Amino acid sequence: MNAAMILTNVEIVPGRSIVEHYGLVQGSTIRAKHLGRDIMASFKNLVGGELRGYTELLSEARDEATKRMVAQATELGANAVVNVRYSTTSVAQGAAEILAYGTAVRLE
Amino acid sequence: MSDLVFEAAVTVVLLAAGYLIGRRVELLHYRSIAEREGTWLPVPAVTARTLHDPRPVVESRLVVGSVVVSVDFYKRFLMGIRTLIGGESVSYATLIDRARREALLRMKESCPGADLFLNCRLETASVFKGARGTTGSVEVIAYGTAVRFET
Repeated sequence: MNAAMILTNVEIVPGRSIVEHYGLVQGSTIRAKHLGRDIMASFKNLVGGELRGYTELLSEARDEATKRMVAQATELGANAVVNVRYSTTSVAQGAAEILAYGTAVRLE
Repeated sequence: MSDLVFEAAVTVVLLAAGYLIGRRVELLHYRSIAEREGTWLPVPAVTARTLHDPRPVVESRLVVGSVVVSVDFYKRFLMGIRTLIGGESVSYATLIDRARREALLRMKESCPGADLFLNCRLETASVFKGARGTTGSVEVIAYGTAVRFET
């Protein structure tokens, strides 16, 4: 990820001031689970608890969505994205969509 | 007839395994949550969007913590009965409670130097739902803005 890009989920970047707004930027990815992980998960379904494979899968997906959002912001010439939101939707059987969106801004 | 007995026996074994192992896992998890929540107590995670602190901010960034959980066989069985008679389901509530607190702790643990977490959000989504023969699992995401003050 672009290290210079600052992300926050409030309207401002605390301690910095915003000089320009570029509008909404977003990034999304759809991930399907694979069979190996699914077999482990169905075993886990017996005893309950955390499904580590899925946790990893979804956090990788979220990183990817964030990266795409940041890429869009970079293209606009922004150096921060404020008010970032995440949302997860189950779009198809065995697949989930992760969406990240926010407002691209330029800081002083 | 023997098929029926066999099926009943398998169900009982699964229920017992789900109950015993599930309860053990839950107990250990709650113990770990309580301990970690204690260590993170001085660093509050607030839902406020604005900062009411005069100290200058050195750094702020987005932090995320997430966890995917699934319910055990015994709890699913209880839920089956529960949907017949209605009312609160305690067994599912504890699972989601564990997931939320775990996600929040992971969020905090991803930024050890923070002094405050602003605008913390908890989002629960039912993911990978609908595939035949599988139980949908629940994902909890906790995210917020970590703030570090000048010391």
